[in-house]
Amino acid sequence: MHRVLLAAVAGAWAISPAHAQQRALPLDALRSGVEFAGADVRSMQSDDVANPGFLWIERGEKLWREGGDGKSCNACHGDARASMRGVAARYPAYDASSATMLDLEARINDCRVRRQGVSALTRESDELLALSAYVTHQSRGMPEAVNVEGAARAAFERGRAFYTARHGQMNLSCAQCHDQNWGKRLYAETLSQGHGNAFPAYKLEWQTMGSLQRRIRACLSGIRAEMPPAGAPELTDVELYLAWRAQGLPIEAPGVRR
Amino acid sequence: MSAEKPSRELRISRRRLLQSAAALTVARVLPAAAQNLPAIPALASFLAGRSPRWERLKLELPSLADNGQSVPMRITMAGPFAANSTLQAIHLFSEVNPVPEMAVFEFPSPPARVEIDSRIRLAGAQHVVALAVMSDGALYAAAAEVLVTIAGCLDQT
Amino acid sequence: MADSRVNVSPEIRRGEPFEVRISIRHAMETGYRTDTVGKSIPRNVIRTFACRYNGEPVFAVRMSSGIAANPYLRFFVTGRESGTLDFEWIDDAGERGVAQAAVKVV
Repeated sequence: MHRVLLAAVAGAWAISPAHAQQRALPLDALRSGVEFAGADVRSMQSDDVANPGFLWIERGEKLWREGGDGKSCNACHGDARASMRGVAARYPAYDASSATMLDLEARINDCRVRRQGVSALTRESDELLALSAYVTHQSRGMPEAVNVEGAARAAFERGRAFYTARHGQMNLSCAQCHDQNWGKRLYAETLSQGHGNAFPAYKLEWQTMGSLQRRIRACLSGIRAEMPPAGAPELTDVELYLAWRAQGLPIEAPGVRR
Repeated sequence: MSAEKPSRELRISRRRLLQSAAALTVARVLPAAAQNLPAIPALASFLAGRSPRWERLKLELPSLADNGQSVPMRITMAGPFAANSTLQAIHLFSEVNPVPEMAVFEFPSPPARVEIDSRIRLAGAQHVVALAVMSDGALYAAAAEVLVTIAGCLDQT
Repeated sequence: MADSRVNVSPEIRRGEPFEVRISIRHAMETGYRTDTVGKSIPRNVIRTFACRYNGEPVFAVRMSSGIAANPYLRFFVTGRESGTLDFEWIDDAGERGVAQAAVKVV
């Protein structure tokens, strides 16, 4: 009886899916960054007129419908409110045809180049952020639900390795601040759990909208580590790991952060 | 992109930070008895010796700003407004910013309700002064003090 | 880029103040920043903002770099007759932005 039980446990462990492995932050202990933000940031995010993110979302809605000869996003996807609902919640996602992990911005560019026959938009450009913010907005309030199994597994493991490795002159890992010391003060700020559920976000420091990749790069610059260029695959790996880590957290779109 | 440099080095003692943390949700409005105007040359030259009354006008700013790039502000002025003393303009002065006259809110038509929300930039901890100018020359003032901290980590994106 | 978003109280009564809110897309470049190679980025901020109610000026703002990027304004206008609120703003580069909102007196 014991041997059967042991074998069963060992077998289960050997093929354990990522989600069965230990989470540094248990799902019921997850707290969005908005809970660590000051009252002013919170009220700015919750006010749909004062929230500057809507300026990008409205632009995104226009861009969605632009493009002649049936080449607009709208031509294939129709009304984004229906077709894009829940999409951002499962990004980054594996794209079989290119055999790569794509975050939402990369997916938008992939569509533009391969299906719409137009040029890709630069990372962090207002147009790309507008489209990304518009699509993400269609998942507002929905829980993060990324898939890290199958073809996505390798990227997930790379993302987790990056997250837990020490980087930069300060020799710090993401985990040290955001898994082990969240809630504590760093200078005058309170460390959040480091989730990406509010991105793309209007960050007061940037005075504009920015992607999750930009936020990750900003953190790396903060610990005096070399920043991978925007769009680098290791950043997408980290985005995937972050999305898994934030599983269940509602998407805030448009987010506002300090 | 380089970050904007604050115009002076900000040092906050732990105690001061804790004190202001306690007052986080309370807008810090200086009492009406604050006759000692912060030393703002642009404001002094605008006043040209006149003394404003520290009543009726209210300036609300957070006592601790999340980020100096965007600080929410509310200006209100209590009515009623007499026919011979209507509100013409409200000037906003900064103690520390490179541009001391931050904004002027103008009322070409006498307003019934004066409540203005906006977001301002503050280049460091400082006083901000609002000055209301009436059609009969009367002046009303209000001030607020804001602590502005810099980010915990340097962002070079 | 979406230039602006306007929000006006839906129910407006003659003689009573009603809320107007506007959010404008503008970097409000202060002129104190430098780019990645150390070159100064020239100032370009909205200098004047004006609100007209059926053509009559009712509220205006002279701005500086002291107003945050992507300016937001919330203010009150006294209701008169139905019509239009016109908004106009001009920046250092001479670029003009406009917006409109309908006013319905009940």
